[in-house]
Amino acid sequence: MIPEIGHFALILTLAVALVQGTLPMIGAARGNDTWMASAAPTAVLQLIFALAAFLALMHAYVTSDFTVVNVALNSNSAMPMLYKVSATWGNHEGSMLLWIVILAVFGAAVALFGANLPVSLRARVLSVQAWIAIGFLAFSLFTSNPFERMFPAPLDGKDLNPLLQDPGLAFHPPMLYMGYVGFSIAFSFAIAALIEGRVDAAWARWVRPWTLAAWCFLTGGIALGSWWAYYELGWGGWWFWDPVENVSFMPWLMGTALLHSAIVVEKRDALKSWTVLLAILTFSLSLIGTFIVRSGLLTSVHAFATDPERGLFILVLLFVTIGGSLILYAVRAPSLKAGGLFATVSREGGLILNNLLLSVACATVFLGTMYPLIAETFGYKATVGAPFYNLTFVPIMAPLVAAMALGPLLSWKRADLAGVVSRLKFAFLAMIAAAALTLYLQRGPVIPVLAMGLAAWLFAGAVAEWAGRIKLFKTSPSDSLKRAIGLPGSAHGMTLAHAGMAVAIAGMVASSTWKVEEILVMRPGDTATVAGYDYRLEKIERLQGPNYISDTATIAVTRGGEAVAVQKPEKRTYPVQNMPTTEAAIHTTVLADLYTAIGDPDGKGGQIVRIFYEPLVPWIWAGSLMMMLGGALSLSDRRLRVGAPKRKRAPALTEARA
Amino acid sequence: MTEPAKDRAKTGTTARQLAYLAPILVFVVMSGYFLWGLDPGRNPRELPSVMIDKPAPEFTAGPLAGIAVPGLATADLRTGQVSLVNVFASWCIPCRAEHPLLMDLARREEVSIFGLNYKNKPEEARAWLEELGNPYTRIGTDENGRIGIDWGVTGVPETFVIDGSGHIRYRHWGPIDKDALERTILPLIEELRG
Repeated sequence: MIPEIGHFALILTLAVALVQGTLPMIGAARGNDTWMASAAPTAVLQLIFALAAFLALMHAYVTSDFTVVNVALNSNSAMPMLYKVSATWGNHEGSMLLWIVILAVFGAAVALFGANLPVSLRARVLSVQAWIAIGFLAFSLFTSNPFERMFPAPLDGKDLNPLLQDPGLAFHPPMLYMGYVGFSIAFSFAIAALIEGRVDAAWARWVRPWTLAAWCFLTGGIALGSWWAYYELGWGGWWFWDPVENVSFMPWLMGTALLHSAIVVEKRDALKSWTVLLAILTFSLSLIGTFIVRSGLLTSVHAFATDPERGLFILVLLFVTIGGSLILYAVRAPSLKAGGLFATVSREGGLILNNLLLSVACATVFLGTMYPLIAETFGYKATVGAPFYNLTFVPIMAPLVAAMALGPLLSWKRADLAGVVSRLKFAFLAMIAAAALTLYLQRGPVIPVLAMGLAAWLFAGAVAEWAGRIKLFKTSPSDSLKRAIGLPGSAHGMTLAHAGMAVAIAGMVASSTWKVEEILVMRPGDTATVAGYDYRLEKIERLQGPNYISDTATIAVTRGGEAVAVQKPEKRTYPVQNMPTTEAAIHTTVLADLYTAIGDPDGKGGQIVRIFYEPLVPWIWAGSLMMMLGGALSLSDRRLRVGAPKRKRAPALTEARA
Repeated sequence: MTEPAKDRAKTGTTARQLAYLAPILVFVVMSGYFLWGLDPGRNPRELPSVMIDKPAPEFTAGPLAGIAVPGLATADLRTGQVSLVNVFASWCIPCRAEHPLLMDLARREEVSIFGLNYKNKPEEARAWLEELGNPYTRIGTDENGRIGIDWGVTGVPETFVIDGSGHIRYRHWGPIDKDALERTILPLIEELRG
């Protein structure tokens, strides 16, 4: 009964979205206030119905209702409750439903917090948002109905893919989707602006928080996915330049560019048509990401639910959405008036450089990802891996990082480069120190030396800018503190995000350059020494988990005779799907991860053991977290707070005067 | 405004207009690739061999000590008979999976099956064949993998279909399953026999 209610709720969602997609749009064209006003309540209604459908599916999973095909194929009564819940979105149909719910959440948020928006803009934004929803709802209902039943029901379900039975991956898809789908708001605003033919500072002020929120989620989603790959796949790598990873990274690069170009629109009324294009492209890349993962178009180590028939439906969807919006852009964007003149060396100039480099970086990743497909049409097969990206992507990012320290110090319109450089003398010293330290420690290739220097430069540059704003050490500490409190959230946020980027870069460089890996066959009692740590395999025992069998090794790690950690890496076998997974054991110190994983037994009493020394990997996660928090801090800025613009500024001004 | 200036202004606008059209043009090209890529007959995981329709490379591989079948050389592939060359190793788990099918095929005596023992210690290979049975009428040893490089072997197991004149006609990557054998390999052998 409940699955039928869910199905019915999903159909109602489509009906509501159809109303939301037409009535307000026509109302905005005719100046009919009543019709325009229908946008907000329908958006809320859409959320209610979509949520009902989603909860109905979750109910089927939680109660293990195997008459629902989707549940039977992706769940099992023995699964722990967390994974029963997360299995709701751990499959194609359910993840589509999650996508629809998140889309509705963002739509309803615009409806609820958007009371201050111009009525016609809000009506149009919500209508565009509804059209995206219509596309996905039709896709879900006509090709991927999650509520399909089967009789007779099987005795038990086929279990969730064991690789997905993991806390990190339970929350990775929702985070990632919040990011992907969040960019739909920027997209809807861009389309609405093109229809209205007006892009101004107020528009940018509206787009920015939504983009920022989406960007935070996407950053978190990518980091979570990378973290999962790191500890679950058992190879100690955190990024493989796999198509599935790349398609989530491209919207991130474009979204980062959008975040920065929207600042120029808001502050200086320039770069309008470029920002609109970025908003369209960011969301388009999110859509293409969904498409590639599901269509079987490219080969990947972790694609799920591939089906060319569905792929065709999504392709049509993509063609209408992206093609339509780009045609609209080609027709309408030339009429957007450019404003705000500026010199090359200026904050605007810096942000343009940022946009340029990020776009080129994104194009590189796009080309690398699509190249196998392009090559195939010319009759040969190719795979593109890390060497390509190391030669193309990394050299593009290097000047970006170098300029990132400079940019925030540049003033609008025209900046004094000499003055800026002189304010970065400490950052320069930090760069030299870090490079010298790296050289001293490794005496190896020159590129990591430069890269670590750049990371230090960026970190110190970000801190120097912040210290300059609060006049640290130039005035009394209490005055500095007062200034720090008075500083807008976005200033703190930017510093934290830029510093986080530096921390993450240091982690990425160090772990890919100085990683030590040993793959050995060990018997109980054997010891191995890796990067100064001694690993002793104590025992291997077979244990029974809730829905798996585990071979758990106990490895004592010592350094110079002193105990450091006891690690228990596991190899699990999930009997229902007859599939093994590895669970790496990781001991984290500030400077490195000690990482062990076990492989297959060699049949003669020995066990394959992989031991990795992973320098600075924790910094990657710490840096990502700092970027996310930076974004969140920026969002807390009252100037950006959703729905704030006019009312709240007046008291702030009076406070300042008093 | 003078005439040339007006012209320049005009081309300037056209270039601008074109710039606004560029994104949609790029997208249309990309969509073409997407549409093409959706062809259900296409498998992006499949790696084609560059050796298809080329003569098998020149090689002479010594026999496997302790197994009573002769070694393998290029000349053995040019006898006018269609043959299969199966690259195997005792350390390769998928080889174990396909082995019963090869045994079955050998019993039917429809086609001669030659083995290329790839990067394997002879005694281990011998123990493996003694345990599971020997489907091969000839076995060449390629202990250091040099012959495998000439054949373009990317992983074990791989199976090549060779026509009577010693040309490679098909390469199967990975273990042979019933489906691949009955739908692809056996019909191809029939066809080559003409």
